[in-house]
Amino acid sequence: MVELADLKTVGQPNWCPGCGNFPIWHSLKKAIVELNLKTHNVAIFSGIGCSSKMPHWVNTYGFHSIHGRPLPIATGARLANNSLTVVAVGGDGDGYGIGVGHFVHAMRRNLNIAYIVTNNQVYGLTTGQTSPTSDKGYATKSTPTGVIEMPINPIALAIASGATYISRGFSKEMKHLTKLIVDGVRHNGFALVDVLQPCVTFNRKNTYKWFSERVYKLEETNHDTTNKQAAFLKSLEWNDHIPIGLFYKEIRPTYEDELQQIAETPLARQKIEDINIGTLMTEFE
Amino acid sequence: MGVGGLSWKIGGGAGYGIMTTGFIFSKVCSRAGLHVFDHIEYPSLIRGGHNTYQVIAKVEEVFSHLKKVDLLVALNRETIDRHEDELVLGGAILYDGDKISLIEEDLGRKDVRLYNVPLLRLAEESGGRRIMMNSVALGASVALIGFDFARISSVMRDVFQGKARDTIDFNIKAAKLGYDYVKCKAIEKDFRRELPEVDGKKRMLLTGNEAVGLGAVKAGCKFYSAYPMTPSSSILHFMAAQERSFGMVVKHTEDEIAAINMAIGAGFAGARAMTATSGGGFSLMSEALGLAAITETPIVVVVCQRPGPSTGLPTRTEQGDLKFILHASQGDFPRFVIAPGDVEECFYRTIEAFNLAEKYQCPVILLLDKYLSESHKTAEKFEVSEIKIERGSLLNDEELEKIGEFKRYEFTETGISPRAIPSQEGGIFTATGNEHDETGYLSEDKTVRTRMMDKRFRKFEQAKKEVPEPELFGPQDAEVTIIAWGSTKGPIKEAIRLLAHDEIRTNFLQIVYLNPFPADIISRTIDTSKKTVVVENNKTAQLANLIREKTGKEVEHKILKYDGRQFFPTEICQMIREVMYNG
Repeated sequence: MVELADLKTVGQPNWCPGCGNFPIWHSLKKAIVELNLKTHNVAIFSGIGCSSKMPHWVNTYGFHSIHGRPLPIATGARLANNSLTVVAVGGDGDGYGIGVGHFVHAMRRNLNIAYIVTNNQVYGLTTGQTSPTSDKGYATKSTPTGVIEMPINPIALAIASGATYISRGFSKEMKHLTKLIVDGVRHNGFALVDVLQPCVTFNRKNTYKWFSERVYKLEETNHDTTNKQAAFLKSLEWNDHIPIGLFYKEIRPTYEDELQQIAETPLARQKIEDINIGTLMTEFE
Repeated sequence: MGVGGLSWKIGGGAGYGIMTTGFIFSKVCSRAGLHVFDHIEYPSLIRGGHNTYQVIAKVEEVFSHLKKVDLLVALNRETIDRHEDELVLGGAILYDGDKISLIEEDLGRKDVRLYNVPLLRLAEESGGRRIMMNSVALGASVALIGFDFARISSVMRDVFQGKARDTIDFNIKAAKLGYDYVKCKAIEKDFRRELPEVDGKKRMLLTGNEAVGLGAVKAGCKFYSAYPMTPSSSILHFMAAQERSFGMVVKHTEDEIAAINMAIGAGFAGARAMTATSGGGFSLMSEALGLAAITETPIVVVVCQRPGPSTGLPTRTEQGDLKFILHASQGDFPRFVIAPGDVEECFYRTIEAFNLAEKYQCPVILLLDKYLSESHKTAEKFEVSEIKIERGSLLNDEELEKIGEFKRYEFTETGISPRAIPSQEGGIFTATGNEHDETGYLSEDKTVRTRMMDKRFRKFEQAKKEVPEPELFGPQDAEVTIIAWGSTKGPIKEAIRLLAHDEIRTNFLQIVYLNPFPADIISRTIDTSKKTVVVENNKTAQLANLIREKTGKEVEHKILKYDGRQFFPTEICQMIREVMYNG
């Protein structure tokens, strides 16, 4: 049985006190415990940003990579060893900004990866510039007169891109978030867990209080999580009422499921000595 | 070309089937037991433009394309206008007189033989489509060199494998009509360049890219991710075709950034991984190259150069990326840069690249260019009995259990640390693009930083001892010593052969490993040679600059070409003569 203590590493997170990343970190660890995953069979991939340091503070295999690239690295690792539980984590700048191309493609591939996006609508580690999810009009260091463009809608984008588990959590609702992560990891396919994560230092608008006054749980409504159109309508709700929970789920073969070459043995465990290329060379005669 | 050799060139617009026809002719010659080198030139478009396919077939080994043409097959007028001056004395043009009006006076020379073969009419007679003019021309060409028709039909069946039966039959019929036309008019007796069929030795006919692919398969490459880019795409095609039979995963990614990062992810997870691209794609990969270096993740990156900057000349050739590849990505880190010079080296050096990547846990770059990537050459079947798979300090489960405290980036004497892969118990660590301590944990400590940099470079000190020294071809006491790298090897070897006829003794130091750089041997060579010259397919003599940087010595003469085309051996000869007599 894996316990929370097993997930402890040498370091402690260096996020600001009250940072919305702490509950996400706890939820991820709790999910690993609840799923009773062997720590050496889990690999957590991240990019760059405050939340991307998370792999250092969870005692599983980890890869803290470069800005925007956790998904391709996670994809390579997952295809190389499809027995691994692969989790990717990163911020909104990482996933919806610089890495948005990979985000879309990972979803249409339906790889078996759970992707947690700590979405605080601002750039934290670079000290407070606008992010792809900043609300229109929000003033930051890089947009002193307010953001001109519309924010990315990650839930709608995920629906359009073919993700098969699409959810949103809220840092303050840890138990709820933990369940979303547990279900997302368990889901055989690409699972998005977008998390409303207040940045206590640089986001003066989208605060704990702001969210608390607005969020409501989809489970407490009659929302049908198998209905793509209904999910899309829900994804458009923002400002006054913000839904959290599972928007959409479908069962579709994963990318890995379609690869017969890894059906029995993961690539990383296949023997590479004495590969016979005799016939292949003959084809060139 | 003399006895037992032929230089054949076919030209026409894109869409005429020039590539297929050329390849079939190449293969016909190869299967007849001749040595072959072929060379394609084409602009970056799908229809129109001007494409050529040259095949050099000889009894002795042939290393490069040649300027001179014995038989020019012109599917359009442009081919004649552009290439008539390449014809040797007494060379011939095979053309369709119904389409192209051509008289001797047009050429301004009297020695050229004009063979009017009604390509279009015969293509139509064959029952196939007009485009099968190319097959008629192929049949006529094979008749001219005196081979049995059966040689074409068997190659055609293999090359067109998987196509509709009609397509194969019509093409064979079209070729037969062309063949019979020549025989019937006894044109081959006029041409008098019958090639000997020296059956017996079966050789492969393959490109540099295919040899890289074969090497990767043999080396146990399990994961290949790439984004199409000329001239690297044929590696992707080759790997994709082998994916299921050799248990690999081949991924055409959304871009080059994803391609290299996926390869890094796969390498991290323990699968041998490779990606390939050209300069533009490599520009996008640069950041991740440093990630592989600092996380000490093994990957192999193939860069098939083409002329830049930017899109440059997308389908042409150049060696303009050496300095870029040596320095790409921020910060100092060790990387191997290996430049094979021919198809054999493409195969063996690729296998070595995978071994080095794992032994030294760092990126390895294989540097090719369009000329090497896309030209076919005959080669003996590769000797595979001696090939070893070396995985370095990758620990197996038992070793990992015994080790006690596992430190992924442990400071060792060699700088090479023990390596574990996800799913191994006791091997847990986090790889990071940030500087880190021995366990992989984030650290900005100044001592840790210094020791970690030193550790990574210490690996390379070790590597230097293992890397093979450059090879010197030709006589020790040469009057001129050529120093070069990559695909110019072929034209240089042909040039040395030609210069020997003029009694100019030339030798050639081929630099295969650009990093680690064989500074000592190059320095000694410069000291002991009468005249040294670099031959480079770029504007700024990048190797010569590198030599100066690493040895403090200036290579006296520089033979450079940067028009997007490879050197002809005769061009090198001429410039060497200038060095000899004017230098």
